[in-house]
Amino acid sequence: MVEFILGRANYWAIIALMMVGLYITYQSTNLIKRLVGLSVFQTSVFLFYITLGKVAGGTAPILYGKDAYGHGGGHGAEHQSDHEAEGTSATSHDLDARAPDNSVFAEDQSVTEGIVQLADETVQGVAALEAPDIAHSAEPDVALAGAEQLELTGLQEVYSNPLPHVLILTAIVVGVATLSVGLAIVVRIRESYGTIESDEVREKDIAIADAQDADDPVVAGGA
Amino acid sequence: MIEALLAASPEFVLRHAPALLVVTPLMLAGICSFMPTGRAGWILSIVATAASTLCALVLLGQVQTVPGGIISYALGGWVPPIGIEFRVDALNILFLLLVTAFGFLAAVFSWPTVAAEVRQEKRALFYAAYMICFTGLAGVVITGDAFNLFVFLEISSIATYVLVALGGNRDRRAFPAAFNYLIMGTIGATFFVIGVGFLYAATGTLNMADIAAQLTEMGSNRVVQAAFAFIAVGLGIKAAAWPLHLWLPNAYAYAPSFVTMFLSATATKVAIYALIRFLFTVFSTEIFEPGRDFVFLFAPLAMIGMVACSFQAIFQNDVRRMLAYSSVAQVGYILLGISIGTAAGLSAGLFHLVSHALLKGALFMAVAGIVLTYQGTRISDFAGLGRAAPLTMTAFAIAGFSLIGMPLTAGFQSKWLLLQAMLDRGWGFAAAVIVAASILAVIYVGRVLQAVFFQPPANPRKVRQEAPLILLVPLWVLSIATLWFGVQSDALLSLTDFAATATLSMNEVQP
Amino acid sequence: MTPETLLLVILVIPVVTAIAIFLLDSVPDLREAATLFGAIGLFASVILLVTGMDGGERPSLYLGRAAPGLDFAFKLEPLGALFALVASGLWIVNSLYSIGYMRGNRERNQTRFYMCFAIALLGAMGVAAAGNLFTLFIFYEILTISTYPLVAHKGDANAQRGAQIYLLTLLGTSIGLLLMAIVGTSTIAGSLDFVPGGLLAGKVDPFVGSVLLLLFAFGIGKAALMPFHFWLPNAMVAPTPVSALLHAVAVVKAGVFTILKVAAYIFGIDLLNDLPATDWVLAVACFTIIASSLIAITKDNLKARLAYSTVGQLAYVTAGAMLATEAGFLGGGLQIAAHAMGKITLFMCAGAIYVATGLTDISDMRGLGKRMPWVFGAFFVASLSIIGIPPLAGGWPKFQLFLGAVEAEHAYVAWVLLISSLLNIAYLLPIPILALFPPKGTPEPAPYKRPEGAPRLVVIAPVITAAGTLVLFFAMGALARFILPITGVA
Repeated sequence: MVEFILGRANYWAIIALMMVGLYITYQSTNLIKRLVGLSVFQTSVFLFYITLGKVAGGTAPILYGKDAYGHGGGHGAEHQSDHEAEGTSATSHDLDARAPDNSVFAEDQSVTEGIVQLADETVQGVAALEAPDIAHSAEPDVALAGAEQLELTGLQEVYSNPLPHVLILTAIVVGVATLSVGLAIVVRIRESYGTIESDEVREKDIAIADAQDADDPVVAGGA
Repeated sequence: MIEALLAASPEFVLRHAPALLVVTPLMLAGICSFMPTGRAGWILSIVATAASTLCALVLLGQVQTVPGGIISYALGGWVPPIGIEFRVDALNILFLLLVTAFGFLAAVFSWPTVAAEVRQEKRALFYAAYMICFTGLAGVVITGDAFNLFVFLEISSIATYVLVALGGNRDRRAFPAAFNYLIMGTIGATFFVIGVGFLYAATGTLNMADIAAQLTEMGSNRVVQAAFAFIAVGLGIKAAAWPLHLWLPNAYAYAPSFVTMFLSATATKVAIYALIRFLFTVFSTEIFEPGRDFVFLFAPLAMIGMVACSFQAIFQNDVRRMLAYSSVAQVGYILLGISIGTAAGLSAGLFHLVSHALLKGALFMAVAGIVLTYQGTRISDFAGLGRAAPLTMTAFAIAGFSLIGMPLTAGFQSKWLLLQAMLDRGWGFAAAVIVAASILAVIYVGRVLQAVFFQPPANPRKVRQEAPLILLVPLWVLSIATLWFGVQSDALLSLTDFAATATLSMNEVQP
Repeated sequence: MTPETLLLVILVIPVVTAIAIFLLDSVPDLREAATLFGAIGLFASVILLVTGMDGGERPSLYLGRAAPGLDFAFKLEPLGALFALVASGLWIVNSLYSIGYMRGNRERNQTRFYMCFAIALLGAMGVAAAGNLFTLFIFYEILTISTYPLVAHKGDANAQRGAQIYLLTLLGTSIGLLLMAIVGTSTIAGSLDFVPGGLLAGKVDPFVGSVLLLLFAFGIGKAALMPFHFWLPNAMVAPTPVSALLHAVAVVKAGVFTILKVAAYIFGIDLLNDLPATDWVLAVACFTIIASSLIAITKDNLKARLAYSTVGQLAYVTAGAMLATEAGFLGGGLQIAAHAMGKITLFMCAGAIYVATGLTDISDMRGLGKRMPWVFGAFFVASLSIIGIPPLAGGWPKFQLFLGAVEAEHAYVAWVLLISSLLNIAYLLPIPILALFPPKGTPEPAPYKRPEGAPRLVVIAPVITAAGTLVLFFAMGALARFILPITGVA
């Protein structure tokens, strides 16, 4: 039982943060605090993704040591011809190779194994690229890591799965954008209402609506 | 016509149409934000949306001719499932056409109302935000990658929050409305991305077709079910499905008229598309396996939403709020059609989606015209406008009749299809709910039409004044389309049938 | 002209008339001329069309389809031809009357009035000629929508309220129940065409058939079967020409015509006899007949009393259809023509009295007959026809219905018919009798509102139709032979 709880410490933290964030967003009347709650909620999701990508004992997915220097450029050209032939069957190969146990979410080890293996397999898809050089220059880290692991023997170090990190970088950017738009709107609310408490804003709105209804011949006549 | 377009298109466009469709407005949005005047931004937005519309038409031609009916475009040359895939098939070509065509009509239509409602120095930025929103919506529809879908969803949503908040010049209530929309929308998007995370954990891939293939192979488990729940709720918020619709009425009521018109026709529709995509292809094991009938999750909510929101619409005194509640009710119709899980139901839901986009677009356009000329959106402000602005109001009435479901309008066809789909499945009670909601629609549309045509004008400043011509043309295009699909619905019906059957067979035939 | 072209012509004439009226807005004389020409042209076309149907021809027209299974198709059969004849013929008389009435009362919005009238006639023609339920439904709704402005014509709060109830009841029942019935029919039978002998015959079990029959019977709100009758008294806020043509002829007759048509061509006699719901609807119709007559007696407002009388008389047609015998169908069909002729006379008389004196209450009309002998004479004749006294038109259908009741072995229906006739006497005859022969000591009735009395057109029109009830009596035999094919018996 203790092991069950401790073994999933990350997830408990994520759930706690998520609930805290949602609660703040729901409960506070202060608009800034609601945005804070929203950010906490989003942060829990970032942690969730990072947890997904973690490989036991793995380091950040940045090549270093021999991995970084051992194999220079030009590998694309080396392997291109081989893998172009292979590329056509890559998809079916993918399907076969995927371990069925990567669906067992609770067992971290097998999941990460599955994902590492997946990274191996998926790289074969890269071989079918029409223009590998362009691709490399665009995202060198990812492409390099993949290309290195292609050989399955070349890696000296264990790395975490880079893909969730990339995804979450995007999500962080989205979160920042949302937060800034939200704050900008709060500024405008403060300018036009003189308050940032949502219940006061609502009272003022209701007052306006009532005043309009009182002037309205349809409402007044119909009621 | 499409053959001619295909023949006339340069090779580059034919090859890269999926990317161009999204990239053109995105690039022009950047340029637009530096434009000195709003008018230049307007021209740019027309150019951008027109280019996207042409790309969508090219794609329509290609989808109908390629074997298998699927165009897969590897973005940046990275082949799926590793790279981000743009994927056009029978289902999303319908939505691409809807979004791009509406984006174009809305752009053409926009200038007078934007000039009246948005401050001068903000207009170029307004158009930039509009184009970004358009890019996001088109991207959601065209992408084949689950995470990329989230990114596009947020691109469009953030732009939408800005657009809604710009209504604050006219009515300060737009600010709290935009803020609430932002909170709800972000929660929805975050739920969606959590669901995508679970799917990634379960399958190790983000490509939707690939996820679908793997899930079919390995069957369901609790991770997938969690993913299903998060994604359904997240997209439900974006689609304003009852009871997750609370952001919508205020956002629609106080946004600039043009924004309301564009959003009502496209934004919730795109979220519904994403929902269909996930329900029917990615989660097909969840939906169709015996014992996991998620029909009983969506159908009751859809039915409650139809009746409850139609009822709320009756008691609104502001025309735009009334139409907004009606939109939520119409989302219920669409979801009901989708949720019964048959090809007929899906086709009927899609048909209703298109017909509702047409008619709600027309209704909001007419309201925008009235806001422009008479500055008022309350029902009492509409009194006597039948004489003052007969052309605008006739189009409004046509769309209103379509909303009720009068014969000879697209709304009748879609309700007919829905009713038939319900009875085919043996759901007499659902059919009864549909007609009950339609009767409520008679009441709320009737209230406005009665004021428009049978009440004396409330104040003397209502001299005869139509909306400007540039508003009237798109308005009548939509109204005539509403009538046309009511009298001759074969063309649209073949598209929706094509989409429905292809969607349902998608997880059987993997490319 | 070929029958197909003629069929198109009778649909086009009302539209052209409406457009002409719109264009002639500023020239009232020409505008009214357009209405009259349209009416005469329509009647002539219908006659031409009907005379071509002697040998059992069924003119038909196909205008394309909206979606698979939803065709715009027209096919005129005897019952529809009868309805088209009645509606278009009475439109001429009513147009004359309208001109007198509207000018006499100096009503506003006359152009809209005449336009909506023409479009309502389009609805009636479409309903009459529809070849399937979908087409029928379209024109049924056109009829509803186009008459809404007519009911709300006065524009005051009272008129708007009445018009709201009118629209809501008719649209509500049609969308809520009739549409369901049509979709159900389409799902079960795979088609919506009217088939002699019954489209659904042999395709439904008694339960589903009963549900469909109930949906049809109550969904066709224009037939004013209780409890969906209240729109009709409320619609009496309309100007009298509207009440006369639409709420005695076109609209309500479109309702009962649809019921009869559905009974004959969707269900068929045999299927109706197998359904338990047939007896239920019959019982409701009988209840409506008695109840509405009783309510009519209590009403002092002349138009309200006539409205409730209409509710009862319409239920005769529904009852005839639900008797599901040859005589019942015939009685129902003949009742459409006979009642139309009689009731339009009564309404036009009521309008004439109103134009001349401004009176609406029956108790104020004692002794008025001395001053308006023609009007009350026509009223008297038409009353006798409604009651069913030979040699006036109303006698035939009642006789046929009586036969049908006996044939179907529903003795209580025969009793209902008898009692109803007595009640008809009680609520109709006192009006002309007290007006023509007031008891001694009755105070002198109020003077004319208009010094010159009723306009001549307003008096001539009801006299013509009162004479019509007499003529119709002798034409009934021919009419009965003409509509005989609807029973499905060759």
